[in-house]
Amino acid sequence: MRKEESHIVSSFDDELTRLNNIISQMGGLAESQLISAIRAISKRDSELAEQVIVSDLRIDKLEQEVQDFAVRVLALRQPMADDLRQVVTALKLSNDLERIGDLAKNIAKRAQVLNQMAPIRPVQVIPNMARLAQEIIKDVLDAYIENDAEKAQRVWARDQEVDDMYNSLFRELLTYMMEDPRNITASTHLLFIAKNIERIGDHATNIAETIYYRIKGEDLPVDGRPKNDAANFAVIEPNEAGE
Amino acid sequence: MAVVTADAMTNAPHTRGKSKMAARDLDLFYGDAQALFNVDLDVMEREVTALIGPSGCGKSTFLRCLNRMNDTIDGVTISGKVTLDDRDIYDKIIDVVQLRARIGMVFQKPNPFPKSIFDNVAYGPRIHGLVNSRDELDEIVMTSLEKAGLLKEVKDRLASPATGLSGGQQQRLCIARAVAVSPEVILMDEPCSALDPIATAKVEELIDELRSNYTIVIVTHSMQQAARVSQRTAFFHLGKLVEVGETDQIFTNPRDERTKGYITGRFG
Repeated sequence: MRKEESHIVSSFDDELTRLNNIISQMGGLAESQLISAIRAISKRDSELAEQVIVSDLRIDKLEQEVQDFAVRVLALRQPMADDLRQVVTALKLSNDLERIGDLAKNIAKRAQVLNQMAPIRPVQVIPNMARLAQEIIKDVLDAYIENDAEKAQRVWARDQEVDDMYNSLFRELLTYMMEDPRNITASTHLLFIAKNIERIGDHATNIAETIYYRIKGEDLPVDGRPKNDAANFAVIEPNEAGE
Repeated sequence: MAVVTADAMTNAPHTRGKSKMAARDLDLFYGDAQALFNVDLDVMEREVTALIGPSGCGKSTFLRCLNRMNDTIDGVTISGKVTLDDRDIYDKIIDVVQLRARIGMVFQKPNPFPKSIFDNVAYGPRIHGLVNSRDELDEIVMTSLEKAGLLKEVKDRLASPATGLSGGQQQRLCIARAVAVSPEVILMDEPCSALDPIATAKVEELIDELRSNYTIVIVTHSMQQAARVSQRTAFFHLGKLVEVGETDQIFTNPRDERTKGYITGRFG
């Protein structure tokens, strides 16, 4: 882990290491939950979806563990400077990772519904979008483990790609629903799934910001990434859909 | 006990006043041993400046330079400059007694005179000839005790010996005694190290109130205390001023590795 001098009180080091380990474990779990949830859609595997739903409990438990442990460290050690930032970071990260887990669980639930319907074409875009989100999560966790602020900053900038994919999928699904009302149920589920993936990207962005703060002690400079929420304003005219 | 208002909290760290006292190129030797190296530090008016660092780092030595308490120690040589309102306090024409009336001091252990509570506070105004009548003296003693947050506790026993007070009360009496001569700057050398947490909290609350009228410099071994009471913190190490900055910056994001090592409790 970090090349850092040891504390005079060595049990303090053990506690910080333990906090880091739980976060890494949570991160790994969240990432694999997303992968499984998406596979449950592309392979139409409802059993796998069920596993994802059940496993979410493990992430929730870890989040609780981080909170209890971090509060304990704050109360008993009164950490300062980068130690303080490390504990606060663990608290915030556990929150974001828990949310990512929830979103993956939600995707799995919708996968179970989708698997009972006839497959529709836009399903194929979802795995691409999810792969991008998963890469972002992986990179941001690497940035955490390697203490690499620049890497965190690069990950942060990549969320735009997820947003762009979401916006184009949103338009595609609207068009698809207009073509044939029988597509509406499945499309709506897909839309929520896409939105969930987009939200996962946002949480990964939060994590990147938190990691940057943890390492540098200051906020990530925010001039870089223009937030493109085009889907909030998208309108598809019926004649467009007919073409 | 008065509550620190949200207003006071938000105004606290960022009102950057003028420099009340300044040290420039300050070197100090005890005989041949150099204890301070080239210290440059500004003490801002009406702020609490905390001096922190490991034992022997020079923070108390530095504090004692600010009202020439080192003058009395044999073999001490000082070079460089210390100013109060831009006047060199080591200038030959400066009257040290007058200087110490402007720059008061509170020590680690409460050290009341073996006199009554009243006489302890009245001592300074008397010897400095600040009062012309008994009424005026009463007035100063009462307001000083009030400012030190002690009046309520002692008003019915002003004639009792000060040594009968608790440690925390004695320390606040010493602060009242320092305040009685209307100083501009108050130096505090680990004022809470002999006090329990409740007495410490009262003194810290007092320091926070005093800062609206006085400039305060405090040496403390408790980093939590420095974090709680000060607006600026200076870290000393091996006789050098390593880093000085806003207290919240020093404790959340110190720039220097040595500062970080010290405040996070690592070997450095």
